[in-house]
Amino acid sequence: MASEIVQVRGHIIDSLILPKVLDEVMDLKGTFEILDIAIGKRKTDPSSARLRIQAASSRHLDQILKRLARLGAMPLHLTDVHLVRATKDGVFPPAFYSTTNLPTEVRFRGRWLKVRNIEMDCGIVVNPSSGEARCRPMASIRKSDWVVCGSEGIKVTPLERTRQPEVFQFMGSAVSSEKPKTQLIQRLAREMRAIRRAGEKILVVAGPAVVHTGSGPYLERLIKAGFVHVLFAGNGLATHDIESALYGTSLGVRLDRGEAVKDGHDHHMRAINTIRNLGGIRQAVRRRALKRGIMHACVRYRVPFVLCGSIRDDGPLPDVITDTLKAQDEMRKHIPGVGLALMIASTLHAIAAGNMLPATVKTVCVDINPAVVTKLADRGTFQGIGIVSDSESFLRELCSALHP
Amino acid sequence: MCRPTHYRIAYEINPWMSLKRQSNHARAVAQWNRLYQLLTRELGVRVRLFPPRPGVPDLVFTANAGLVEPHRHARGTSTTTFHVGRHPAHVKDSPAPGGMTGRTIIRSNFRHPERQLEELIIERYFKRAGFRIVRLSSRYDFEGEGDALWMRDTLLFGFRFRSDEPAHEELARILQARVLPVELADRRFYHLDTCFCPLDARTALWFPGAFDRYGRKVIESLVADPISVSEADATRFVCNAITIGGAVVMQTGGSARLQRQLARRGFRLHPVDLSEFLKAGGSAKCLVLRLT
Repeated sequence: MASEIVQVRGHIIDSLILPKVLDEVMDLKGTFEILDIAIGKRKTDPSSARLRIQAASSRHLDQILKRLARLGAMPLHLTDVHLVRATKDGVFPPAFYSTTNLPTEVRFRGRWLKVRNIEMDCGIVVNPSSGEARCRPMASIRKSDWVVCGSEGIKVTPLERTRQPEVFQFMGSAVSSEKPKTQLIQRLAREMRAIRRAGEKILVVAGPAVVHTGSGPYLERLIKAGFVHVLFAGNGLATHDIESALYGTSLGVRLDRGEAVKDGHDHHMRAINTIRNLGGIRQAVRRRALKRGIMHACVRYRVPFVLCGSIRDDGPLPDVITDTLKAQDEMRKHIPGVGLALMIASTLHAIAAGNMLPATVKTVCVDINPAVVTKLADRGTFQGIGIVSDSESFLRELCSALHP
Repeated sequence: MCRPTHYRIAYEINPWMSLKRQSNHARAVAQWNRLYQLLTRELGVRVRLFPPRPGVPDLVFTANAGLVEPHRHARGTSTTTFHVGRHPAHVKDSPAPGGMTGRTIIRSNFRHPERQLEELIIERYFKRAGFRIVRLSSRYDFEGEGDALWMRDTLLFGFRFRSDEPAHEELARILQARVLPVELADRRFYHLDTCFCPLDARTALWFPGAFDRYGRKVIESLVADPISVSEADATRFVCNAITIGGAVVMQTGGSARLQRQLARRGFRLHPVDLSEFLKAGGSAKCLVLRLT
C-alpha cells in the first residue's frame, strides 16, 4: 500500500471541493482517511482538511495525486529529505533524525523510499547510488555515509487500529495481575497459529527463570512443535538448561522434587565446563553429551539462537557472544520476518530485542513482576500485551492451548 | 479597454484560435470601435484606455489583466473592516477624486508564456494609474476577471484550464470574501467568463455543460434565477456579456428564446458583432475590465 498525506484548504465546503476530492479518490479506486478537518465559522473563513490517501501501488497513488493536485489538494511533503555526510565513524551528524519503530518512508529525489529494517533510536542512511534507505544504529555509521537530518521529507505512518476485536487490541491497556489469563492465552495461541500460517516468524526471548520454575520442558515442546523460530537468551538460560539436562537440577535445586541437592551449587559450573570442553552447544548435541532440554531442541530442530553475554556471566558458554555490539548485530540478523515476539521472564534481553523490533511486530511480555511488564510495555511497543504471571503457569497454559 | 491596434491571431492557446483562420484587422478595429461607442455614448460608461503594445496581441482582452478589488461602497458593508487597517493610507471613506486612486488590483499570473509578457506591462500601467498592485504566489496561475466573477458578495472562481484552484484561498484572504472555486469541464469554455455571466443579484446567464455536477450544484445554490443557455448560444459566446445596470451588451446572433428570457426579466439587450474577436476565443466581456 502506498500512501500520501494531502491538504486541501480554502472555501472547500460550499464549493463542494472537499466532497469532490473524496469522490475522486473513490472513483479512482483509492481509499482516504480524514486525519483532521477544521471548518470555518463564518462564510468568509477558510476551512482545511488533511487526508491520508492510500492506493494499491505507488503508480496508482501518483495517478490519484495528479488528479487531486488539480483540485488543489496538495501533498504535505513536497521537499526531499535532507542528507548530511557523517564526518566520523560511529557518529551521526549533529541534526540527525532519530527513528521510531513505526513504518517510515523518506522522500529522495521526489520518490518515497521505504526505510528498511526500521528500529527505534537509530538513524537513517540513504545510499544515493542504489536509492536505498536503511535504518542504522549509531555504532555502525561509517565516515561519509549519507545520514538523514532534520524532519522534512520524512513520513511516519502510525499503525492502524484493527476493527475486529483481537488479542492485540488491548494495546496500551494497563498491565494488571488481575486479568483473566486463560482467555488471553487461548487467544494468544490462536494468534500464534495465524502468524505461523502467514509464514511469519515467532521470536522467543527467555530468561533463566524459565528453567528455574521448571517450565523448560514446555518451551522445549513449543520448539519441537515448530512454534518457536528464533530464540534470544543469555548465558544464564542456556547454562541452567544444560545443567538440568545433565544433572536434573537448576542452580542445584532438583527440578522434579524442588529440593536442594548436596553440592548442587557447582552443577552449573560443571555444566559450563563440560560444554566448553566439547567446544560448544552444537558440538555437545552432535556428540550426544547433551540429549534433552531447550538448547538441545534448538540444535535438533534447527531453531537459530543468539546468546548474548553480560558482566555477571559465569564461564561463559562458548556460544555466548560477549561483545555487545556484535551480539546486537547478530540479533538484528534474525529480526526481519518476525511477526510475534514472546518475552518470558527476561528484562534486559527483552528490552534489547524490543528496541530492535518494528512497531508492526506483536509483542507479548510475561513476567511475575508487574513492574517489569510495565517497563517493557512502555518501550514504545505499539501492539503489545503484558501478562503478569509465573512463567511456568503461563507456558503450561500456552502448551495446552496449542496442544503441541 | 485596449484598442486592437496590434490584435491578430499570433499563436494557438485555446480551441478557438487557429493560425489558419486569421482575423481581419480592419473589421476587428471597426467592431471594437462599435463596442467602445456603444459603451461610452449610449450607455454612458467612462472608459479608460490601455495603450496597445506590439508583440502582445491579446492585451486587447483586458478582462484577463487582473481583478480590481471592489470598493466597499460598491458591495454593501461586508468589506468595511477589511480596508481599515490593511492599507489605511490609501483608503478614504469616499472614492478619491478621479475615482481611481487608492484602489487595488490583483494582477494575473498568466498560464501561457505568450501572455506572461503582458504581466509587466499591466503592472506598470496600473501602478502609474495609482493602483496598489497585489501579486499572488507565482506558483499558481490566475487569469483575473476571466476566471473570477462576483455574484453578490461571493466571488465565483473558475479553475483548471487557466487558473489554479489553490489561488482561490489567497483571493479569499486578500478580498476577505467567500470565494467558491468551480472546476471548468469543457475546454472550449476555458475561462469562467465564457460560460457564466452574473446579470444582477439574483440572475445569471450560464452554460451548464461547461461545468461538472459539483460546479452545477454550487452555481444552482448560489444563483436564485439562473438562465441556462443552449450549446449553440454558448458557442456564440453569449455568456461573455457586459452588464451595466439593466443593459446587457452581447455578441449578436443569440437565439430568440434567450432574447425573450432576458426581455421578460427586464434586461435591455444591446447586440454587437464581435466575430473577429471570437476567432481568438473572446467576446464583449473579455474586451473590458471593470474598474469600479
